[in-house]
Amino acid sequence: MRYVFTFILMYGFWVLLSGKFDTFHLALGFLSSLLVSFISSDLLFADTRVGGRMRELIRFIAFIPWILKEIFLAATHVALIALEPNMATLEPRLVRFRTRLKREISKVVFANAITLTPGTITIRISGDEFIVHALTRKTAGSLPGEMEERIGRIFGEF
Amino acid sequence: MNALAGTFVVLGFLFFIGTTLGLLRFPDFYSRMHASGKGDTIGAIFMLLGLALHNLSPFSWSGVFVSLKIVLILIFLFLANPTATHAIIDAGYETGVKPWTREDTP
Repeated sequence: MRYVFTFILMYGFWVLLSGKFDTFHLALGFLSSLLVSFISSDLLFADTRVGGRMRELIRFIAFIPWILKEIFLAATHVALIALEPNMATLEPRLVRFRTRLKREISKVVFANAITLTPGTITIRISGDEFIVHALTRKTAGSLPGEMEERIGRIFGEF
Repeated sequence: MNALAGTFVVLGFLFFIGTTLGLLRFPDFYSRMHASGKGDTIGAIFMLLGLALHNLSPFSWSGVFVSLKIVLILIFLFLANPTATHAIIDAGYETGVKPWTREDTP
C-alpha cells in the first residue's frame, strides 16, 4: 500500500516540476517514480497503517487555517512591540512546562507550531518537558493551551 | 486579482520592516531570534502568495504550474524556518547565553 502512495506522490511531484505532457516526459517520470517508490518508500511512510494516517492527514489539513490565523495575529503583536517607542511590553522569559502529548510526531508538530507562531520559540524538548522562550507576558500565558489541545486531537491522543 | 496580489506583497513588505526593526532594537540574542527567525515566515507567506496570485492573472496552464511551484517553496519554508530557528537558539542555550529579563519577572 505504501508503495502506491509513494508512487502517486512522486509522480505528482514529477508532473508538477516538469510541466510537460508529452509521452516521453510522462513515461520517463513513470519509470523514475516506480524505481524510487520501489527503493525508498520506507523512508516516507515508516508506518504501514495507511488508513489511520489518512485520517490524521485530513485533520492536519483542517488545522492549517487555524494555525495561519494564529501566526498572523501573533506576528502583528510582535511587529507592534518592535514599533513601540520604549518597548514597555517586552518582557522576555523562559517558560518550562510539561506536555500531555505522548507520541513523537505530535511533539514535533507541537514544537514546530510553537516556533512558527511569533513570540514563542521552542528551545529544547527533554522527555515531556518543553523549554520555551517567550517574548511577552501575553505570549507566555498562551502556553501550552489551545494549541496542545488541538494537536492532541489531530493525532488521536485526547 | 492584481490589486489583491499587490496588497499581499505590500503586507509582506510591512511585516519584513517590522521584523527588521525588531532585529535591530530587541535587547538580547533570544529576543532577536524571535524577530529574525519568524517574522520572515509571515512576510514570506504574504509575499509568495501575492506573487503566486499575480502570476495567475493572465490565465495560462504554465502559469498555474509556476504558481504551484511557489506554493511548494512556501511549504518548504514552513518546515525549514522553524527548524533553523530552533537549531540556532538551541545552540545558544547549549553554550549558556543568558536570557535578558526585566528585574521584576520571576
